[in-house]
Parts: sequence; C-alpha cells; structure tokens
Amino acid sequence: MLELREVEAYYGPVQALHGVSLEVGEGRIVAVLGANGAGKTTTLRAISNTVRRSGAILFAGSPIRRGGPEKVARRGIAHVPEGRGTFAELSVWENLRLGAYTRRGSVKADVERVLSYFPWIDDRRHQQAGTLSGGEQQMLALARAFVQQPRLLLLDEPSLGLAPVLVTEIFRIIRELNEREGLTVLVVEQNAHLALQVAHEAYVLEVGRVALSGPSAELRAHESVRRSYLGY
Amino acid sequence: MATVETSRQPTLADRGRLLRGALRPVNLFLLAAAVFLVVGSLDSEIFAQQTVAGLSQGAVYGSLALALVLIYRATEVINFAQGELAMATTYVAYQLIQWGLAYWAAFFATLAIAFVLGTLIQLILIRPVQHKSVIAVVIVTVGLFILIDGVVTWKWGADIKFMPAPFGQQVYHWGGVAVSRQDIGTLLVTVLSVGLLWVLFQFTKLGLGMRAAALRPAAAALVGVRVNRMLAIGWGLAAVLGAVAGLMTEANQFVLQPSLMQAVLLYAFSAAVLGGLESPAGAVVGGLLLGVFLNLVGQYVHFVTPELRLPFAFAVLLGVLLIKPSGLFGRRTVRKV
Amino acid sequence: MRVHALGVGTAAATAAVLALLPFVLSGYHQALAAQVGVYFIAILGLDILTGYTGQISIGHGAFMAIGGYTTAIMSRDHDTNLILTMLMAFGVCFVFGLLVGLPALRLSGVYLALVTFALAVSVPQFTLKFSNFLGGSNGIQSRTVVSHLRLYAMSWTAAAIMFVAAWLLLRGRTGRAFRAIRDSEVAASSSGVTLPVYKTLAFGISAAFAGVAGSLFVMGTNGFAQPNEFDLLLSLELLVGAAVAGLGSLWGVLLGAAFIGLLPTISNDVPLVGSAHGQDVVFGLIVVLVMLLLPTGFAGFLARFRDVRIRPTRT
Repeated sequence: MLELREVEAYYGPVQALHGVSLEVGEGRIVAVLGANGAGKTTTLRAISNTVRRSGAILFAGSPIRRGGPEKVARRGIAHVPEGRGTFAELSVWENLRLGAYTRRGSVKADVERVLSYFPWIDDRRHQQAGTLSGGEQQMLALARAFVQQPRLLLLDEPSLGLAPVLVTEIFRIIRELNEREGLTVLVVEQNAHLALQVAHEAYVLEVGRVALSGPSAELRAHESVRRSYLGY
Repeated sequence: MATVETSRQPTLADRGRLLRGALRPVNLFLLAAAVFLVVGSLDSEIFAQQTVAGLSQGAVYGSLALALVLIYRATEVINFAQGELAMATTYVAYQLIQWGLAYWAAFFATLAIAFVLGTLIQLILIRPVQHKSVIAVVIVTVGLFILIDGVVTWKWGADIKFMPAPFGQQVYHWGGVAVSRQDIGTLLVTVLSVGLLWVLFQFTKLGLGMRAAALRPAAAALVGVRVNRMLAIGWGLAAVLGAVAGLMTEANQFVLQPSLMQAVLLYAFSAAVLGGLESPAGAVVGGLLLGVFLNLVGQYVHFVTPELRLPFAFAVLLGVLLIKPSGLFGRRTVRKV
Repeated sequence: MRVHALGVGTAAATAAVLALLPFVLSGYHQALAAQVGVYFIAILGLDILTGYTGQISIGHGAFMAIGGYTTAIMSRDHDTNLILTMLMAFGVCFVFGLLVGLPALRLSGVYLALVTFALAVSVPQFTLKFSNFLGGSNGIQSRTVVSHLRLYAMSWTAAAIMFVAAWLLLRGRTGRAFRAIRDSEVAASSSGVTLPVYKTLAFGISAAFAGVAGSLFVMGTNGFAQPNEFDLLLSLELLVGAAVAGLGSLWGVLLGAAFIGLLPTISNDVPLVGSAHGQDVVFGLIVVLVMLLLPTGFAGFLARFRDVRIRPTRT
C-alpha cells in the first residue's frame, strides 16, 4: 500500500533522512523505531508532505507528488503528528468534524462507529478540546483520524507523555481498528517494547537510515535491538 | 476495558466558575455601559440622539474593524490598506450606478467584486510576503494603500461625487428624538452582514475550515484543509465587509471622495484594539462603543470639538494598548517575546 | 557599518557631485533636488529608528509637521533666522520624539505601527483645532522666503552634516546598542543594554531629523506651512522610502530619497498615466513591486552587485 524508495529529507540545509526505503502492506501495522533524532518523525513528515524531501513515495501504486499536506490528506492518508494536532481552541465535536473535512456525503455512520470506540466523546461534545486530559486528547486525535476513513494511518509517538495504563489502552484500540476495520497503520514509537507487540513488522532507523527491518518477532529476539531498545 | 482517566463532569463548583466568568469585569463594564446609555437616553433627548447616531456610525466602524480582525486572526497581518480598499469598492459601486444600475443592484454587485478583489490581493501581494518579517508585510500593505489611493484618484479624480441615498432622507421622530432612516438602515445592514458572517463561521464546513486554518494552519493542512485557499477567502470576506463599511460611510457622509475612509480606518483600528485584535465580537462591540463614546464626548465635553475627534480616537487606541493591550475580549498578550 | 576606502571614496565623489550639481540645474530642478535632500534627512532619521532599532513608525510625517510649523511660526512671529529655526526644530522634535518614544517602549511590531499611524492622522488635526496659533487650514506663512539655490545649499549642507552625525553615532557604542536591540531585545538587555534609554533615544533622534527635514520642507514650499502638506501619505512615503533604501544601511538612503523625491515627477512624464494623479499609481505600483522583488531594498541590491561591505539588512 505504501512504499518509500530512497527517500531523503531536509530541514533547510540539514539532511535528516539519507535514503530510507520501507514498505507497508495493506492491512498491516508497521512500526518505525529508533532513538531520538533517528529520523522517525521525519519519515512520517516526508509522507505527509510537511518536510522537504526527494525520492519516490508510492501510495496504492501511484506516486505522491511533492506539494502541500492537504493533497496527501485528500488521498486518504491521516497523519496524527507529534503533539496530536488537535485544535485546542475548538470543541471536541468540531475537532471531529474537521476529521471529516475531506469526506463528501453523510458521515453519520462513520461517526457512530467512531463513538463506539470512544464512547466518552459523545458526552463531551461541546467541551473545549484544550481542556481535555492528555490521554483524552490523544484519543480525540485518533478518533478524528478515524473519522477521516483513511486508507493509511500515520501515528507519531502516540505514547508520548501518557501514563502506561493509557498507552496500553491506546495501542489496544489501534490493534482493534486494524483487526476489525482493516486499517493500515504506520506507527512511529520510542516505546519499542509495546510497538513490537502490536505491530506486524518493524523498521529500525539510525541516523536517517534503515538499520534493521523484519517481522516483529524476529526483531524482538534480535541481539542489538534487545540491547539498544528493549533494555535487556 | 481499562478505566481511562477522564476529566470531571461539570459539577456545582464548575457552574460557579461559569457564573464568575460571566461576571468578568468586561461583561460588568458592558452591562454598566448599556445601563448608562439607556438611562441617559431616557433622561435627555440630545443624549438619545447622540447615542443612536453613535450606534449607527459605530456599526460602520465595527464592520471595518471586523474586517481587520478577520485578517489579523488568519494571517497576523494588519492590513493598512483595508480602508482604501473599502473606498475603492465604493467607487466601483458609484461607477456601476453611473452606468445605469439601481443602487441595490450595484450594492450586491460591488460586494461580489470586493470579494474577488480581496482574494486576488491576498494571492498576488500578500502570499509572497506573508511569512516574512512584520516590516515587510506592513510595507506591502502601505504600498497597497498608496497604489489604491492613486488608482482611484487617477480614474475618478479627487473631486466630490454623489451617490443616491440608499435609505431615503426620511427622519422619524420618536418622542423628541430624531432618528433617520439612514441610521436605522445602516445599523440593519451592518448587523445583517456581521450576522451572516457569524453563521458562516460557526455553522458551515467552510467556516470551520477557515477557523481551523486561522488557528493552526499546520494541523489544518493535515486534515485536508486547503489553508492558502482559506486565507484568500478570508481576505475576500474582509473586503466584502469593507465594501459594506465604505458604502454605509458614503451614505452617512452624503459625499464620495478618495479620503472617504481614512478617518474611518483610524476609528476601526481603535475599535479593533479596544475589542481585542483577536476577537471578532470585540471588534463589533468596540466599534459600537467607540461610536457612541465619541459622539457623547463630542457633545458634552466642550474641549473636544469636531477637530479633536481623530486625536481622541488616537488617545483611546494608545490608552488601550498601554493599559490592557489585549483589549476587552482578548486573551493573548500583545508583546510576544 | 563598515567603511572601506571604496566607501569613503564614494562618499567624497557624491559630495563633489552634489556640490557642483546646482550649477548645471535650472531653478526648478534645484528646488527638486533640494526636495530630495529633505527626504534624505527624514529617511535617514527613520532609518535610525526602524532600520537600526527595529521600531516601526508610520508617523514621521507628524514630526516633519512639528518641525515645519516650528520654522513657520518662529519666522512669522519673530522673524527668526531660518537656520536657527532649523536648530529649534531639531530640539523641539527631539523632545517630542522622546515623548512618543516613552509609551512606544510598551508597544512592539504592528502595534507600534498602528499607534504611529494614528499619530500621523491626528497631529494635523491640532492645527485645525488651535487655528489661532497654528493657522488652521489656511496655514502659516513665514516672513522670509528662500531662493532655490539657497534652499539647495541649505538642504544638502544639512543633509551632509546629519549624514556624518548619523554615521558617527551609529559607529560608536550607541550604534552597537541599537543594532543589538534590533537583533534581539532579550539578548541586548541581558548584555547590559538599557533598553528604555536607547529605544527612546532612537525615537528622539529620528524625530529630530524629521523635524529638520520638515523645516526645510516648509522653506521649500515658499515658507508656507499647511496641514494638508503633512498628510498621512507623507508618513507612508517616508516609510516606503526607508524600506526601499534598505533598512539598516545609510548608503541606500540616498537612493531611497531620490526614489521618493523624483518618482512622482518622472512618472508624470510616463505617457500611459500622463495626468497629474497618475503618479501615485506608478508610485504605488513600483513600491509594491520593489517590496516583492527586492525585499532588502536598494542597499541589499547594491551589495549583491558590488560586494561592498554594507550591513546585511535585517527586515
């Protein structure tokens, strides 16, 4: 479904990705792991056109042209960035409505489905999104991404700043969305342990390059992965 | 399913906080002002007269102020050319009438033309410098001011022109207070345009997109909002508001000349700052307050003769910026370190 | 601001040209050239404020008005020597500049632009209010009228003096403090630059310069000071002149002043827009184009060509 070929990315004159290639199959959950500064977030940004990049990125067979992030969203890729990208000044409901921005026609059924995963949202429709707790905001971001009915979900560090209980919950929801709705997910995570439990495959980035890749089970057992990212 | 930590449901304490919020100094002040105006109007006919006239003029200041706030919220740009653009579109209406169109047909045609002009200006002139320094943007809008002023003077000349009165000349007398159809009409038109805009922003998808684009452009782009397009539309709508303000100003002043909106622009700036540059409601309320306040001061404070009206508005502007820079309804601080 | 042998040479050459110019110009053109000198001084002052300390002013026309009226009033009431009135204008406007600079400390960026804009619109109104003293819309007539040649001499001598003064000022500690403020107020103040003093000082100095310019301006209009000569447009033109010159560089100011002073006349001859009002169209158009295409103004443009060590403009 998604293919990156020798993608390079730049922040101004600084090169952050030095030829990253990866693949995400349809209906799979793929994790991108690595230390801080390895280029994980940059990879997602390269896909959603929020950073300057070169190299080929193919989505469902056809290339994503460089340009604005709006076009990428319209092609069915939902990017939940670091910091969640929720609109703190708007209400919970308005945030959800924005998720449906690119959709035409009735989104009622989709909203119903979203609410089934996040029932608490219904009660808090009019609450200002900025007053939600961290965990709730993350879930709102996820819910909003889901309303978009994307073909591919890009998640940037969903566990960041959340209590372990919440993190487990969020990953459980991700897994459920994948299994029940067939949602393809590319998730960037520092919490390698959790990510490898949920994902089918993973890529390990180091200094802007792919250092390792493979099925999660393999990586979990891999010597260097264990030492560097799993702590044992 | 593990229990998720949630924020509390509204409790009694929250409702108490809500009440205290409603009784914020700002709202109390507005309430007091409203009471003052009503009592004064009942007491003195001249007072009522000035209040009504002030509201009508204030509505015009408020709609131009709203245009300024719209643009500022979306792009953090203060459009110094807003008044001149409003003036130019009024001249367009004048020309349409000269070519035989009826007033109201020309009115609506002008609004459409204003929209197009506003979007074009944003696309061609503002977009390239939007992300550059404050000074660059200020200078482009200043250049635009000069350009528009020049084009209008070149095409139509600096002499006075006349346009038909949109609401007729009739004056009603209610218990000694003379209220012209002009005043009522102005109030209605501006309230209607502001109201329509409000509906657009609060209840339509487009409005939501525009708000999102203004608040957080990066996040908005990620959900598929065409941010640049929203900005252009924002400028277009601001130009429409400006056109309304220009046309109503012309109706109030009875004459049309290139300097039509220069004073109004200052009043609009003062109103916008008074209301809080980030607050649309503030712009409108600020405008009404300023209009009434200027009239009353001009009436009752003998030192403030008509020549001092502008300096007075300047004093208000300066005063607000020094005392409470975020204005009546604003929240953010003025100085961003 | 660095000076090379090239820089000094250019200055000397320019001075020589200016000294000899009046002998080849007609009276009318001498007056025009004097006008450029007036703008030169005003833009110089504005450059010190906006270019060097980053405080935006769209209101310097107001200071020109104050300076001009000082000259006119002193001449009308006391028949004061015109050069003396220039010095008085300098002093008066310096004080006014300080007065404006004080509240300006609490404003920044666009807010300051707003307030100075309001200042520009409001100040002329005072002439109408206090029409007995300030002449009202009819204006004030000075007793002495200056010939074109004399005006030219006064303008450019004053311009030269003020240029050197500005250069010396900006070279020293004050200049460094100004530039530090422009680049980062936080950094400047934490390295010991007392912000309020320097920022207010900048306002005072730039206003004083504008005052002198205003004084000469009035002399250039037959000694007649009128409120509508000092309208909003004047303030706008000054800012544009400073921007076109290239903020933060003294060398571009000459080009900026020439731009403002001469363009209206030149565009009069452009066949397309021939009529008297066409000049504003051309003017505005060029202003906008210059800002879009040459964001660093003339100074930046020149620097690219000649690699002269002109301070990179920070807009």
